[in-house]
Amino acid sequence: MTADAAGAAWTPRDYSLVGRDAALAVENGLATAEWYHTDIPRKRMKELMQRSDGPALRDTAIWLGLFVVFAAGAIYFWGSWWSVPFFICYGVLYGSSTDSRWHECGHGTAFKTRWLNTVIYQMACFMIMREPTVWRWSHARHHTDTIIVGRDPEIGFMRPPVLLRGLVNFFALANTPKTIIGILYHATGQLTPAEKTFIPEMEWHKVYSTARIWTVLHLIPIGLAIYFHSWLPVLLVGPLPTMYGAWLEVYFGITQHAGLAEDVLDHRLNSRTVYMNPLFRFIYWNMNYHVEHHMFPMVPYYRLAELHEIMKPDTPKPYASTIEAYREIIPALLRQHREPTWFVRRELPPTARPYRPDLHGQDVPSPAE
Amino acid sequence: MAWTRACAIGDVDEEDVIRFDHAGETFAIFRSADDEFFATEGYCTHERNCLADGLVMGDIIECPKHNGRFNYKTGQAKGAPVTVNLKTYPIKVEGGAVFVDIG
Repeated sequence: MTADAAGAAWTPRDYSLVGRDAALAVENGLATAEWYHTDIPRKRMKELMQRSDGPALRDTAIWLGLFVVFAAGAIYFWGSWWSVPFFICYGVLYGSSTDSRWHECGHGTAFKTRWLNTVIYQMACFMIMREPTVWRWSHARHHTDTIIVGRDPEIGFMRPPVLLRGLVNFFALANTPKTIIGILYHATGQLTPAEKTFIPEMEWHKVYSTARIWTVLHLIPIGLAIYFHSWLPVLLVGPLPTMYGAWLEVYFGITQHAGLAEDVLDHRLNSRTVYMNPLFRFIYWNMNYHVEHHMFPMVPYYRLAELHEIMKPDTPKPYASTIEAYREIIPALLRQHREPTWFVRRELPPTARPYRPDLHGQDVPSPAE
Repeated sequence: MAWTRACAIGDVDEEDVIRFDHAGETFAIFRSADDEFFATEGYCTHERNCLADGLVMGDIIECPKHNGRFNYKTGQAKGAPVTVNLKTYPIKVEGGAVFVDIG
């Protein structure tokens, strides 16, 4: 049965982690399942997984330096239009580049030295407003059950996609208020039932204490703004820079999985690798190699380009640019709005091992079809 | 004691791990940088990922999926996302082969 034919019998999916499809995912063997992996010799994988502090120290020094430069410019030109470009660049660092820093340091792969991962992880979490314990566990689940309905808490576009929500999130207009409510809720010593499904009980106290600390930290710039009768403190620290700087992170993030297959156990089917220019790759810390990252998450960001070259014969053709990716994504989301069962099928090159129907049903064409 | 041959010494590189399947169970056989052998259960206690695909760094094995870290000599979980220790098994080297006491 093809996905389109299945549309006739389609009933809305339940994306909740405690709903009908969560139980179905377990029942159908899609939860914590075996996933497809490209065969790579052990010795080569070991080389690729090796950590070094060098690349991330260099990138972090540049990153922190740019924060200082753009913040200084914004403050120096405060009150004139000349401050605007500095705020735009500062916002991209604060609300967008922190996505990749949060991500890589959360995986523990950016630095070899553990505490460096922890420090940058905490900093990046604060700036992008992702509660560190909640998101560490939510992301672990995302990697275990990538785009499995009812299991993955990080599905960006559920079907049918709510396009308006996607648009307003270019300035984090939906996510930030939700996060603020979440922080205040956690500060009262509570977790939602969905959060309890992926955060072990022994970690709950960390969620509560961080939420309380964050509440206080977020009040500081607000207090300074009131004291100095100036917007400047809240434009530099807190939810506002997270929001006005989110657009590039969202632009990158949508390319990862939007419009692709759900409930498959092969990252070649549900993730995209998109070529990006060096500036984007610096901001995004090579997360554009997303198929590679999902298949081998312990490979540090600075080795992903090598991994990509090795995996190329076994993976679908990468997108030449973000523009090319969006040429597929925008029509796909519009179509899914009308036909929620439809999805983009990724074609494998003749050199690739075929998709395995035993891992995800018969509705995915093999290269021979 | 039920000593079972797991592999030849040369099957495991120094500071590395291999998988050993026996009677429906999976084990991980480690060889440390100072040429000692250790055995633990084969899957991460966080979620069912094969530790033999992970990275050995000193006394630590890191799960290939979520960065969960264990001391493979003691089985101790070293913090989130792993919260449950690994089972460890007695091991001996005889005649160029590695034997595990799997009970």
